[in-house]
Amino acid sequence: MSGKTAQVLNVLSSVGVAGKDRSADRDVVYVYEMPVRVWHWVNAAAIMVLAITGCFIGTAVPTMPGEASDNFFFGYIRFAHFSAGYVLAVGFLLRIYCAMMGNPHAKQIFYVPIWRRCFWDELWQTIRWYALLAVRSDKCAGHNPAAQLMMFSMFTLTTAFMIVTGFALYAQGSGQESWQFGLFGWIFGVLPNSQDVHTLHHLGLWVIVTFVLIHVYAAIREDIMSRRSISAIISGERDLRD
Amino acid sequence: MGEATETFYSVIRRQGITRRNFLKFCSLTAASLGLSPLAANDIAIALETKPRVPVIWMHGLECTCCSESFIRSAHPLVKDAVLSMISLDYDDTIMAAAGHQAEAILTETRAKYKDRYVLAIEGNPPLNEDGMFCIDGGKPFVEKLRSMAEDSMTIIAWGSCASWGCVQAARPNPTQAMPIDKVITNKPIIKVPGCPPIAEVMTAIVTFITTFGKLPELDRQGRPKMFYSQRIHDKCYRRSHFDAGQFVEEWDDESARKGYCLYKMGCKGPTTYNACSAVRWNGGVSFPIQSGHGCFGCSEDGFWDKGSFYDRLTTIKQFGIEANADQIGRAAAGAVGLAVAAHAAVTAAKRLTRKREGVVQEKRSKVQS
Repeated sequence: MSGKTAQVLNVLSSVGVAGKDRSADRDVVYVYEMPVRVWHWVNAAAIMVLAITGCFIGTAVPTMPGEASDNFFFGYIRFAHFSAGYVLAVGFLLRIYCAMMGNPHAKQIFYVPIWRRCFWDELWQTIRWYALLAVRSDKCAGHNPAAQLMMFSMFTLTTAFMIVTGFALYAQGSGQESWQFGLFGWIFGVLPNSQDVHTLHHLGLWVIVTFVLIHVYAAIREDIMSRRSISAIISGERDLRD
Repeated sequence: MGEATETFYSVIRRQGITRRNFLKFCSLTAASLGLSPLAANDIAIALETKPRVPVIWMHGLECTCCSESFIRSAHPLVKDAVLSMISLDYDDTIMAAAGHQAEAILTETRAKYKDRYVLAIEGNPPLNEDGMFCIDGGKPFVEKLRSMAEDSMTIIAWGSCASWGCVQAARPNPTQAMPIDKVITNKPIIKVPGCPPIAEVMTAIVTFITTFGKLPELDRQGRPKMFYSQRIHDKCYRRSHFDAGQFVEEWDDESARKGYCLYKMGCKGPTTYNACSAVRWNGGVSFPIQSGHGCFGCSEDGFWDKGSFYDRLTTIKQFGIEANADQIGRAAAGAVGLAVAAHAAVTAAKRLTRKREGVVQEKRSKVQS
């Protein structure tokens, strides 16, 4: 009888804490809600398209044979760039909405809590972990402090910058009466020669490329080495193991 | 120099145009501007009664290419602009008077037409050493500029020198040459950049200001929208080759002979706001791209400091070495890529040794936690 009661109590205590009963040291947390996960992959795809077409736009393609009227190759490349740019920009706005409405993890990439002492302590721990000085990583459900810092500076700020400069450059084609120029034309008040805006837009690309390198490496490494699983961005649930 | 109080009407009557033709001209102008039939009368009255606008044209640090361009205007002919439309009271390069006689005109105009004359500036003032790098009429040009600007109605900044600074303001700018809008801040300034600006653009702007007594609509950077709202690229006759993906790769290749897009040769058309591809040069004969050479971007801010004229990307010098954005980016991404690979290798090595240590490691970590 007492054995049964213990079983029931065990089941009851596990309600709402998924998988807590699998083992004493295991823990599963629901980190990324569905809209955030969908945004992540759509955004990744958009960045892929933007980076590749962006490189082509920057350096131009090998000359196409035939008459100009038979070809629109460069035009299509630019079209793909602009379309992906719109997807990225709209996605970014939706992501801000998710941050406001979603769980605390959804807000992480939009700020760095430099005013919290524990952030600096944890950051130091994380740096030790990445420098292979600490043997065990801290348990973080969402981004660890180093990741949050990188996310905010290299991804969020750079993406916002790329959206602003991208639309400003787009406005050069759509004309001074366009809403793009109305919203983003102030860039040319800061940098009168749009060639500088091109240069910075190129540099932004390379910041994003560098970010992707670090991001993908860190995510895979964390999955293998640390006590957190990569699954959070697919299923939303993060396995925190010991 | 003509009597400045003369009206446009009296000048064209003197040139043998009948009143009938003058009125025809007025109604034609009203129609082309999309005004009501009654406006023809207003235009006629204005041209009969409004005195011609006195223009003072001064030269700072410059090469006179703006003047050279201006005197080649075909529509309208510069003789009509200078002799009929405006009253060019002072221009030390092309005026008959010289010395004290010429300088006296400045003080006279300033007193007589206070707040009514147009000040056209070619070139710019150097500010270093109290402006001693440009002496005009015995004193620093910057002083002359400030005093004449004080009582002017509006200022035309001719060319890239007056608008942006141009070559004399290129790094390291030893004379501290400054564009006009950095020196005069309390007057409306219209920038007409270009090195030089197109002749027809110059005369058109003079005509507009003298006819309507105000500046045309300007963009964010103070340039007249009617000539600077589109890029060379937007109206380029080679644009179809750009969209098709057909580019010149070498100056003497087949694509160059076929007149393909000069994008890869560093053409600055996509970043340059000017009317060259629409108005063209020398009475509409040609413009750089039509002659097979890419655009320099001469009407853009700091075009001397943006690296080679034959590169698409600006040279960045802030890092101590000269490189463009893509070279810097590739180096950074490459370095990070190597770092990532090294980190992965060290991690893997560490993991292997840890496995080998086995139980000992396990125990140690438990103790630590």
